Amino acid sequence: MSSPLHTSIWQEEPEPDNPFATRAAYCHGFDVYGQMLGQARWVDMLFLLLRGEAPTPIQARALETLAVALANPGPRDPMVHAAMCGGIGGTPAAASLMAALAVGAGQSGGARDVFLAMGKWAACELGASHTWASTLVHHATPQWLTVTDTGWPAIEHAAGFDPNGVSTPTVVRQTLEMLASQEVGPRTLWLAEHRTALEQAAGVPLAMTGIAAAALTDLGFSPAQGEMLYLLLRLPGAAAHAMEQGHIGFKNFPYPPVELENDPYRGKETQP
Amino acid sequence: MNRGPQMLAEHADVFKTKVGAAFPGSHTIFLGQDLLRDLKDMDWLALCTMGIMGRPVPPEHLKWFSQAWVRTSYPDARLWNNRVAALAGTTRSTPNLAISAAQAVSEAAIFGRGNEFRALDFFLKTRQILDRGTSLADHLEGFLGDGGRMPGYGRPIASKDERIPLGLEMAKELGVGDGPHVALAFEIDRYFASTNRPLQLNMGGLGAAFAADFGWTPQEFNLFMFITFLGGMYPCYVEATSKPPAAVFPMRCSDVRYDGVARRNWAPTTGQ
Repeated sequence: MSSPLHTSIWQEEPEPDNPFATRAAYCHGFDVYGQMLGQARWVDMLFLLLRGEAPTPIQARALETLAVALANPGPRDPMVHAAMCGGIGGTPAAASLMAALAVGAGQSGGARDVFLAMGKWAACELGASHTWASTLVHHATPQWLTVTDTGWPAIEHAAGFDPNGVSTPTVVRQTLEMLASQEVGPRTLWLAEHRTALEQAAGVPLAMTGIAAAALTDLGFSPAQGEMLYLLLRLPGAAAHAMEQGHIGFKNFPYPPVELENDPYRGKETQP
Repeated sequence: MNRGPQMLAEHADVFKTKVGAAFPGSHTIFLGQDLLRDLKDMDWLALCTMGIMGRPVPPEHLKWFSQAWVRTSYPDARLWNNRVAALAGTTRSTPNLAISAAQAVSEAAIFGRGNEFRALDFFLKTRQILDRGTSLADHLEGFLGDGGRMPGYGRPIASKDERIPLGLEMAKELGVGDGPHVALAFEIDRYFASTNRPLQLNMGGLGAAFAADFGWTPQEFNLFMFITFLGGMYPCYVEATSKPPAAVFPMRCSDVRYDGVARRNWAPTTGQ
């Protein structure tokens, strides 16, 4: 190797008989297999990996709450739908999850929505709380694309809101109320207090992405970290539904009728 | 834009499309034409491009890019996207997973799809700005002064792009190289040289300039360029599978340089 791999996350000690085998591994200084195993929870490890510190009990509880809320968007969600398209055809497990990640990455209800909404929360840091609503509902595609904008379609709605919503779905409200009650930070509390006014300003209700963005910011994650976590935390449902459809079989999987708007054979007696 | 549950209801139950549909056992409609009757002799790349653009594309445009892709097919498994294919080979993952993941990684910010997308967007907007009377020097200095990162110029590993002269030679042969955006691309190149900036036009930038002259949008170009690196990826996967498992880019514990916090004790602070 021309250069060693640099990391401030992970340190491994080799076995005496094999430089490629691990005798001990340390995550941000903590002995993973010697001390954390059996004591740390999954969310502790997630938080530690991304933030570099163990979570406080309040942070761990909030992240676990969010993880449960996000674990399964349900089979109607495009991300899970994509995973099921893998499962139904018998593709490798990774293909179903890759499909879920690609679709769940999007700007409309996906991880990019969380990334953009967390960017709005970062912008809110610059102003007093009475300016937050106008910052959060503002949306525009920048004149010059930054390296993180590239490839993404034009922004069509304020991040964190549901452009097709009528009122805040109950599950979204329940998630917000639970996270706010756990007092993980000022944004979820503010969102719970000002939800109605904020939604009036936006003209559409909050989406689960908006709740996740506020909570993840309260937990101290950056927009890039929040985007990754949102992708990751929604995978369990995609996996479960993909495998279930593999068992149910394609004859019971929706295959809607098509209305072909420019069918050259429409109205003609002769078809091939 | 029409939004809300009523719009969603209009799209539920039946799939409305102008793109086409397959009627297994009978026929397939592709953009209003019978695939097996009207398009059966079409060149595959021309068909793919028609699927992107919704219209036929002149063969000389396709020829320029297909020749360019020959010159971007680097069978070097050290390159980051190719390395993904090789690593998948060394773990004995499947060919499709390997190449799909390597392709996804090619949508990078500093090379590949991200670079090309931003470069095309930059050329199109810059041409408009110059046409309104702003000088190129003022525009470029303003862009860079505002923190803009120049797409289409410079390379992560080398400064000079040896593929440019070949691309120009091919353009001359095909009679496609005299458009205003290609001219602009070299005007910018000369400006950076005159101001001693290490930013030379790269192949992605040149391709973007051609795409601008061909009238393509960044989205069309992004889709079209998907296969750019494919030729170099295949052999990286194939060779990796021919070597012993894990023999591609193995790392010893000592090959990783840890520069994080010192070792510390894990105290179970959560779950209380």
